[in-house]
Amino acid sequence: MYLRVADISKSFGHGSQAKLVLEGVTFDLHRGQFLALVGSSGSGKSTVMRLIAGLDRPTTGSISLDGLLVRGPGSDRGMVFQKYSLYPWLTAAENVAFGMELQRRSRREIQERTAYFLDVVGLADAAQSLPRELSGGMQQRIAIARALAAEPKVLLLDEPFGALDIQIRESMQEFLYQLWHQTGLTALLITHDLEEALLLATEVHIMAPSPGRIVRSVTVDLDRRDMAHLRVSSPFLDLREDLASSLRSLEPAGRR
Amino acid sequence: MRSLRHPWTLGVVGVIVAVLIWLLISTSDVVDKLFLPSPQAVWSAGQGQWASGLLIKDALASVQRVFIGFALSAGLALPIGIAMGTNVIICRLLEPLMALIRYMPAPAFIPLLIIYFGLEELPKVLLIFIGTFFFNTLMIMDAVKFVPREFVETARTLGGRGLPILTRVVAPFIAPQVLDAYRINMASAWNLVIVAELVAANEGLGKRISLAQRFLRTDEIFVGLIVIGLIGLMIDLGFRFLMRRACSWAN
Repeated sequence: MYLRVADISKSFGHGSQAKLVLEGVTFDLHRGQFLALVGSSGSGKSTVMRLIAGLDRPTTGSISLDGLLVRGPGSDRGMVFQKYSLYPWLTAAENVAFGMELQRRSRREIQERTAYFLDVVGLADAAQSLPRELSGGMQQRIAIARALAAEPKVLLLDEPFGALDIQIRESMQEFLYQLWHQTGLTALLITHDLEEALLLATEVHIMAPSPGRIVRSVTVDLDRRDMAHLRVSSPFLDLREDLASSLRSLEPAGRR
Repeated sequence: MRSLRHPWTLGVVGVIVAVLIWLLISTSDVVDKLFLPSPQAVWSAGQGQWASGLLIKDALASVQRVFIGFALSAGLALPIGIAMGTNVIICRLLEPLMALIRYMPAPAFIPLLIIYFGLEELPKVLLIFIGTFFFNTLMIMDAVKFVPREFVETARTLGGRGLPILTRVVAPFIAPQVLDAYRINMASAWNLVIVAELVAANEGLGKRISLAQRFLRTDEIFVGLIVIGLIGLMIDLGFRFLMRRACSWAN
């Protein structure tokens, strides 16, 4: 299985008003890989994700999943948003079941898979809670469970922890690593946080704005079993500093 | 002290104080009894109308008009408001027209309605429809426009499209606001039925008030006003109850 993003560009508006937000973005994502797109706001990283999800169409270039051209949204590409990720009128369990119901799976299968994925994200006890009764981190875990329950080939995460406090963020990063490690899911993470990308992803693409494009790609080969230790280990910090400086060099002079 | 903290306690106190002031003024003979009947006189006038069956008959006539007119308005406003909220073309086509008609006072349509449909039930029901339909529609449209994009897109990335998104995402999200729009506009419907009956009707609470005016029966006017207020309050509380039951997530 792989996702191929081939030389895509995207512009909004028409004629002389047209604004190019993405240019010549190309990358592959293979089964079991964890890929991160890192960049500041305006680097087009969220646009890339929306194009992959099929919520927007690229102006040029193509995106294909297992050789099939992406023409619109579909449950083979599950997505988790930063905000409004859960339906507030549904309980946690109903949220997890939501996608499977749209897929018209049997009631029994929905029940079993809902229980299973609530357990996978460690929130079996919260099944009957409404989202507003759950913390921000728990809500994002439910959103991930809902996306996984619909059996996507690739999980798209759009700044999933961007609205969370720093401590919760760190524990969610560990959670996501464990989830990836144990289930072997294929994931694409969008983040502005370089540290988050390096902690989680096996492959990191750094994006720069105007127009949005990939300027540097690195394969990250670090021992993640002890994440707290990894955060302060020197190979990790060196790599982070190296990439951070190349990110800084991309900033326009006035914003430095 | 604990009973004081109940949200309704102070409200009841307010009503009791108002009635006491009324009682005080009417027994002090500052105002002519003809203009300000005593609470007792109003109570016995009410009992008289209750005993003769007039009160129930009038109340039912008014309530029926309100419910038919408002049901038409609410029922049509829902699909049209949702269509306007989800489709830019329909919205651009209809919104200016509706915004214009909305500002035409509904009672100004009474002469036309009487010319077109006479003095029967239809013009009264239509008056309520005209007076509430445009508000209902535009408020529902607004509610739909504020459905967070993420809610719809999440459903689409889970494989949902078309009707299921409408029934399973848009409908539950707007439900509390739709109920609230209905509750607010129900008050206008209730206003308009009285206006319509003041102009022309054989029965109804508004009709009873205008008849009472002819015979200088201020006590009966007071009965009418109080009953109108009470029924309105009950409808309002009904909507609030419905909202609490059906949309507990939004509170």
